[in-house]
Amino acid sequence: MGVEGIGARVARKEDKRFLMGQGKYTDDMFVPGMRYAAFVRSPHAHAKIRSIDTSAAEEMPGVIGVLNGKQMLDDGIGNLICGWMIHSKDGSPMKMGAWRPLAHDTVRYVGDAVAVVVADTMGEARDGAEAVVVDYDVLPAVTDAVKALGTGQPQLHPEAPGNLIYDWEIGDGAATDAAIAAAAHVTEMKIVNNRLAPNPMEPRAALGIYDSAEDHYTCYTTSQNPHVARLVMSAFYNVAPENKLRVIAPDVGGGFGSKIYIYPEEIVCLWASKRTGVPVKWTSDRTEAFLTDAHGRDHVSTVKMAFDANNRVTALKVDTIANFGAYMSLFSSAVPTYLYATLLSGQYNFPAIHANVRAVYTNTVAVDAYRGAGRPEATYLLERTMETAARELGVSPAELRRINFIRSFPHQTPVIMNYDAGDYEASLEAAMAAADWAGFPARKAEAAGRGMKRGIGMSCYIEACGIAPSAAVGSLGAGVGLWESAEVRVNAVGTVEVLTGSHSHGQGHETTFAQLVADRFGVPLDSVSIVHGDTDKVQMGMGTYGSRSGAVGMSAVVKALDKVEAKAKKIAAHLMEADESDIVIENGALKVAGTDKSVPWFQMALAAYTAHNLPSGMEPGLKEGAFYDPANFTFPAGCYIAEVEIDPETGKTKIVQFVAADDFGNIINPMIVEGQVHGGIAQGIGQALLEGVHYDPETGQLLTASYMDYTMPRADDLPSFQVSHQVTPCPNNPLGIKGCGEAGAIGSPPALMNAITDAIGNNDLTMPATPQKVWAAARAATN
Amino acid sequence: MYATSYHRASSVADAVKLQSASDEAKYVSGGMTLIPTMKQRLAAPSDLVDLRHVAEMKGISVNGSRVRIGAATTHYEVSSSAELKAACPAISHLAAHIGDPHVRHMGTIGGSIANNDPAADYPSAMLALGATIITNTREISAGDFFTGLFETALEEGEIVVAVTFDAPAKAGYSKFPNPASRYAMAGVFVTKAGDGSVRVAVTGAGSNGVFRHAGLEAALAANWSADAAAGVDIDATDLLSDLHGSAEYRANLVKVMAKRAVAAA
Ligand SMILES: Cc1cc2nc3c(=O)[nH]c(=O)nc-3n(C[C@H](O)[C@H](O)[C@H](O)COP(=O)(O)OP(=O)(O)OC[C@H]3O[C@@H](n4cnc5c(N)ncnc54)[C@H](O)[C@@H]3O)c2cc1C
Repeated sequence: MGVEGIGARVARKEDKRFLMGQGKYTDDMFVPGMRYAAFVRSPHAHAKIRSIDTSAAEEMPGVIGVLNGKQMLDDGIGNLICGWMIHSKDGSPMKMGAWRPLAHDTVRYVGDAVAVVVADTMGEARDGAEAVVVDYDVLPAVTDAVKALGTGQPQLHPEAPGNLIYDWEIGDGAATDAAIAAAAHVTEMKIVNNRLAPNPMEPRAALGIYDSAEDHYTCYTTSQNPHVARLVMSAFYNVAPENKLRVIAPDVGGGFGSKIYIYPEEIVCLWASKRTGVPVKWTSDRTEAFLTDAHGRDHVSTVKMAFDANNRVTALKVDTIANFGAYMSLFSSAVPTYLYATLLSGQYNFPAIHANVRAVYTNTVAVDAYRGAGRPEATYLLERTMETAARELGVSPAELRRINFIRSFPHQTPVIMNYDAGDYEASLEAAMAAADWAGFPARKAEAAGRGMKRGIGMSCYIEACGIAPSAAVGSLGAGVGLWESAEVRVNAVGTVEVLTGSHSHGQGHETTFAQLVADRFGVPLDSVSIVHGDTDKVQMGMGTYGSRSGAVGMSAVVKALDKVEAKAKKIAAHLMEADESDIVIENGALKVAGTDKSVPWFQMALAAYTAHNLPSGMEPGLKEGAFYDPANFTFPAGCYIAEVEIDPETGKTKIVQFVAADDFGNIINPMIVEGQVHGGIAQGIGQALLEGVHYDPETGQLLTASYMDYTMPRADDLPSFQVSHQVTPCPNNPLGIKGCGEAGAIGSPPALMNAITDAIGNNDLTMPATPQKVWAAARAATN
Repeated sequence: MYATSYHRASSVADAVKLQSASDEAKYVSGGMTLIPTMKQRLAAPSDLVDLRHVAEMKGISVNGSRVRIGAATTHYEVSSSAELKAACPAISHLAAHIGDPHVRHMGTIGGSIANNDPAADYPSAMLALGATIITNTREISAGDFFTGLFETALEEGEIVVAVTFDAPAKAGYSKFPNPASRYAMAGVFVTKAGDGSVRVAVTGAGSNGVFRHAGLEAALAANWSADAAAGVDIDATDLLSDLHGSAEYRANLVKVMAKRAVAAA
């Protein structure tokens, strides 16, 4: 591997600028003449707009424009869209209501934008926004998805009667029902997956710059996928054709999914820049982020898990209601379907599975993918149920899982996925050893002596990363292909630039992608630069989400490196009058194997560009591009164990140990992978113990709109994590990697909830397991 | 935030003069409550009169058992004063658990009690210590000072200059923090004076702000022990109920925190 190559713990190249406060984020961009936008937002969860009076605002100091949704409609700006078509089981297409960037007729959640004020300063823009008078006819609101499906409920969109977007199913219903009827034991549960706010450290921002001379737009934005943003804004929102629209996502401070989507604000900034003739910048504040960033999760499900007399699983039946909020966000439809129900087989050999999913409109902000996207919901449902089944059957949780593990690969599940490789027992063993599972009873007894209730719980997760094979997702309704692109440019002095269509917003691409090059050519890491995030610099790409940058993005880099290597060897062979097949690349030089002949890497590069002495017919230069379309998803899997102590007097949970044993396939940089796992677990612990979005059920007001009420995990909420890796290389991509970005958030919630319910002896507990809830559940168990 | 003008007062009299010069002026101490409120545009003072540099409002003095804490003293100073830790460690312990290091280095005791947030820590200490609140015009007993949610006996323009109290024989504070804000969901300050009299003040839990708990006081006066606190019935009727804790849960926390405060005293 070398000190900088694949497998090395290289410190992150990008951290210097981040740690020194010298990152360049969208809000750091200043261009001449730039002005500020503030949005007028609905204070009501559901209302008709009777009128908008902007006259007072227009007279405010510094205000240069007040724009509304009717003007946007007049200018032909299109509706926001959901880009993945799901068909209901009756064959009808999903029922998508119109989402206008600025509402002109009806508002459907608190925070829905109705107008924008552009002014000289941010303060003046806000003053102006406060002076806009909107006359609303307030309508009843509904925030709960189960309730929204009922009769007599407020209706959000005429396109979706009963607020039902789709009623979708997967798997064999008849076989599943038959297996349940014949089962020796059936475990039944109701599972609620709590709604979360994504909370990236950097709030969203956008800067729209219209150049009237060129009729060209530039958009700086906090995006995880600038090319997708450009595609969607030109093809659907009618902002500008792709060649007239440049999208730049500079440093981006975290996304967790919430920055995949194209939101109203960036479209409005671009459009307002043309309307007002000045560059327009908007930066979200934290409350706006809570109100308008797409939320995650929010499922209510029932589940039946059937077993035969030997404790083997025979069937799984799931019914899920997914809250989509007021509008269908860009990838929302795929989350509770192809990113969720296709993972319901977990690590287990289920002969039959059937899942039914209903997607529902409510008067809340849109819900879309959030770290894990569907897989945390699937894992939570399965692993809570598996643990409960073990308790009901009187089998140890590890034993029940072992009995049911899939052990031969490839494995076709009943729900589309074909698992390529894995060793679930290896992770289970590693986790149990690290957690000293066998020593738990003694620790529990010792804790009881101190008046503490100690519990232990596990979760064996699987997820699908490396999204995704384009033809496969296309056949399932995706509006785009999910390949990735790369270009490798070797400069005349031998330094290397790698252009990738994936995007780093905390993942460390600038380091790990460079390690691939250092490993391949033996050049110093410092001589390799990674270029991403700008549609004018980088060829079309699909961005970063779904733990795809490694498995898909790096695979594209490898393909391009293969081409560069082949040409470099040809050049070197020609220079040394050797046979191309005898050339090896080592320590920054191209050598003739078994001889002392060698050409330094930089000299070969120079030769490529001087073109004085190239093999006949060879084009000058050394630059190669590649597109990589994966053959399959990848399947990271692992086992997490949580051990907790509950103070029965207050219900406070202390995590006394947390073990993660993950199989991510081959690993490029273990330090970065561990960081991803740590961050993921922190968010998983957040979901399990701390975080939860609450809307007032009557008024639809967001009750958790600041950190006074929304509990973000803090350092002292978290234990030190024990992390280990088991490796079964992924057979389907050149590096054998699977992806690690989301596992922590996927595997940890059920492990914690299994541990807490074990400690208190009451399985009736929902996330987040706040002190109040745990106290009440513990009391109910002892009474 | 709306535009505002900043003034630095050099004395209490100067502060009063600056404040009275405008209808919409407000005092600012640590700004840890006021500035976020202004950023959210929920407060819009035309002028801010900064009290942190007024010498007579700063510092801690301990004379025998008599303690005086200037209103502009930060939570950090209260938490780390050796004199105070010797005389009344419970109040130093309380201050050490307010917010985070940033907040403790900026926020002041005067600002905290003038604000009288129903979940703030200091009001319970003031009540349980039988403190006297010294203002620029008068002295007010803590029992008369805290009058409701974010309400105090302060008149318009009146400044808290200092607080004084006699260090009790025993004192303890225990707080169960709100998981999100880390303010008190229930905080109980217990004191036992040299003459054996007991005061128990509860913050974070009352629907009308900080209050003294007669039942706990009677039980602890009879028997100063955690067990005695455990035997008291806490009525949930007038307790707060919100997203984070029902009145019933808070009633439980009041009892548990009372036990722990006595154990720590
Ligand atoms: C993140 C965070 C966490 C916090 N956690 C806690 C916690 O756990 N427990 C807790 O108790 N508090 C907590 N606080 C509040 C903190 O203690 C504040 O410092 C305190 O409430 C206000 O004090 P201040 O000096 O900052 O007052 P300021 O914010 O400056 O003023 C508050 C109010 O009091 C008035 N005022 C200020 N000084 C005087 C005076 N001398 N006389 C008369 N009026 C005055 C002001 O005009 C204003 O109306 C937290 C605050 C933050 C930001």
